Amino acid sequence: MRDVYILGVGTTKFGELWDSSLRELASEAGLKAIMDAGIYAEDVDALYGANTSGGQFVDQEQIAALIADYSGITELNIPSIRIEAGSASGGAALMQAYLAVKSGQYNTVVVGGVEKMTDVPSEVANEIIGGSLDAEWETFFGATECSIAALIARRHEYEGSAKRENYAVFPVISHKHASMNETSHFRNAIKIEDVINASPVAEPLTVFDNAPISDGASALVISSDQKKIRESPNPIRIKSSSAANDFLSLHDRKKIDQFKAVAKSTKDALRLANLDLGKIDAFELHDSYSIATLIQVEEIFGKQGVRMTEGNDFYYNSSSPLNVSGGLKAHGNPLGTSGLYQAVEATLQLRGKAGERQVKDPRNFLIHNMGGLGTTSVSTIIGVD
Amino acid sequence: MSEVPRFWRESRHRYRLVGTRCGKCDTLYFPPRVICPSCRRESVGAMREEEMSGEGEIYSFTVVHDGLEQFKMQVPYVIALIRMKEGPFVTGQIVDCSPGEVKIGTKVSATLRKVRTEGKEGIIQYGYKFTITH
Repeated sequence: MRDVYILGVGTTKFGELWDSSLRELASEAGLKAIMDAGIYAEDVDALYGANTSGGQFVDQEQIAALIADYSGITELNIPSIRIEAGSASGGAALMQAYLAVKSGQYNTVVVGGVEKMTDVPSEVANEIIGGSLDAEWETFFGATECSIAALIARRHEYEGSAKRENYAVFPVISHKHASMNETSHFRNAIKIEDVINASPVAEPLTVFDNAPISDGASALVISSDQKKIRESPNPIRIKSSSAANDFLSLHDRKKIDQFKAVAKSTKDALRLANLDLGKIDAFELHDSYSIATLIQVEEIFGKQGVRMTEGNDFYYNSSSPLNVSGGLKAHGNPLGTSGLYQAVEATLQLRGKAGERQVKDPRNFLIHNMGGLGTTSVSTIIGVD
Repeated sequence: MSEVPRFWRESRHRYRLVGTRCGKCDTLYFPPRVICPSCRRESVGAMREEEMSGEGEIYSFTVVHDGLEQFKMQVPYVIALIRMKEGPFVTGQIVDCSPGEVKIGTKVSATLRKVRTEGKEGIIQYGYKFTITH
């Protein structure tokens, strides 16, 4: 099996991008990634497109074909396939692209994610986001995705596993980091009191516990072409990518405040990369809801994870930098894109080009993208040789 | 707008809380399944329908303030995870009470209610909701 490198990355700004359509966002990110990699469309063997709910947000399916078409590469007839795995679509597409290159079938692949969420009113967007739950046995009865996250939070606190502050702190960390990232949806700093006292969405969770509805696209060029890797000024290696799944619904799990899929995909990714947790210098976790971040932290760091929320460990200039991009919470959460922006951020950081929020000399990033609340989990380790 | 069979198909399970019990390991599942996730292929053909009592207690709950379009008229409403007397967990609304009365451990029983309507001309859909047992 061959080593796979990230040669180029590109992203749009995330946010409420009224002037941009889905196809424009996707082309922008893809073109930036190709130019960053210093390659031409003729060098691309395949395109993998991540998108969660284009059919509902903008009435468009066959999104990968559309992206290839409007990126001007259709005359080359390269395969363009969309990957959907709820909000883990980005991570899942990255994994499929990685495996395709690693297998030897393709040498150079573009993997991009796009979501255009603000073309529908926010209530409709919330309904579409709820599509990752069980339509027959959860949403039918009025459950929203945030309400499911709230059920986890309430039970976790009830069992004495954590206090409100132990998860309310994550949006504060993400906003701090996003304030230093120019492509962020939000660039304002917030305090823990702001999170706890904001207007409730599904108690105990407030608007600040939820990642926003965002538009945005991100893309990467990955390759195992020796010549291109040699010519690249700073190739970054994908050391492993692994996925795992759990029951779709919370009501079918034995413990609702655990993400067993996260534990499994993380363990497998570390094993495949031949690394232990101590060798991971920074983390991008799926902070769609603050409580989801805490559960992921507990799965990765064990009980010590809760104590770490009480100090400064997770800031960019500390021991275990977490969501230095600004996370889904503050950099933005265009569903299918989010897992790919995590990889873009890791690449920028590993190149030492993340500006003000630069983590000091990182060698390995663990990025973790999730579909629903622990249903699909994709862990990818990106690092320097 | 959906066609009638989409809801009619599940009405038996939703009206009377009918789950399925695995004839191999004896575990009761709700919602109903055709394959037991523990016994897998050993359970094929061995799943039997079984009606639950409707009695249970609240395992976790939330008060929803920002609801789905079809539930907008009901906010704030309570969504709970209920542990049924027979074992399975069920996701549903707690009604006929103020949110302040709902606690973890509160005993509830299922009741048949109108759950939602797809617009003015859509099908009226019924199913279970839960009320506090007094």
